[in-house]
Amino acid sequence: MPAGTLYRGREGMWSWVAHRVTGVLIFFFLFVHVLDTALVRVSPEAYDDVVSTYKTPLVALLEYGLVAAILFHALNGLRVIAVDFWSKGPRYQKQMLWTVVGIWVVLMIGALYPVLGHAVREVFGS
Amino acid sequence: MSADTTLDKSGTSGTSGVGPVEGASLYDVDHPAPFIEAPRKRTSKTPRSTRGNFEMAAWLFMRLSGVVLVVLVLGHLLIQLVLDGGVSKIGFAFVAGRWASPFWQVWDLLMLWLAMLHGANGLRTVINDYAERPNTRLWLKGLLYTATVFTILLGTLVIFTFDPNIR
Repeated sequence: MPAGTLYRGREGMWSWVAHRVTGVLIFFFLFVHVLDTALVRVSPEAYDDVVSTYKTPLVALLEYGLVAAILFHALNGLRVIAVDFWSKGPRYQKQMLWTVVGIWVVLMIGALYPVLGHAVREVFGS
Repeated sequence: MSADTTLDKSGTSGTSGVGPVEGASLYDVDHPAPFIEAPRKRTSKTPRSTRGNFEMAAWLFMRLSGVVLVVLVLGHLLIQLVLDGGVSKIGFAFVAGRWASPFWQVWDLLMLWLAMLHGANGLRTVINDYAERPNTRLWLKGLLYTATVFTILLGTLVIFTFDPNIR
């Protein structure tokens, strides 16, 4: 058996894949988000009705996922810019990716309570 | 002329095609090398308008809009999902309060346009990468551009025509 011939890159390729996937997900949410916001032109009730679904525990979990996608895409996007425009960017791309992941983890922990707190209180009562 | 071209030519036997690396040069001031045209040189047959620098402009736009969006979107998330009770506070009254200020109107308008164009260009790249049949690409991009224009126009209209006293 020859060694694998399928290209499987390391940090560089996987961050590229994650950037694509998060980008597409965010873009699809953006369509929905503009549409739901457009309901303020219909009536206050129509808008508040749709926004109330955003406050349910299940959707709060999706919002946490959205925050995760946006934070990664934003931080890794800054890394891509550094790779493109900073003369030492390509040399440090790997270190920068792990910096991105580190900041992302910290911010995701920080977002736990603000984004999911109300959902936890609703599910478990308080 | 440099020393290269005036090397001793005792080794050359007239018509042999030996280049300057292996033997002496066939060419000197009196016998210049034939002129070879650059492969991508613009000639009279080249169409006047080529595709231009659209892809480079798109590449640059992704980076510039990306930096601005980091500020606009993360600020947006902070206001909507974190500060002041998070998502629980959002409602018609909250939107009316924010859009009473031109600052937040401009913020949201800029965010709408940049995010939609940034996302549309990203998806265009994805379609170009994965949709191989010309017809599939055409239809997917047609759908993408239609949805993008519709969403940008709808969002812009909503921001500009928002009426807090709709009832």
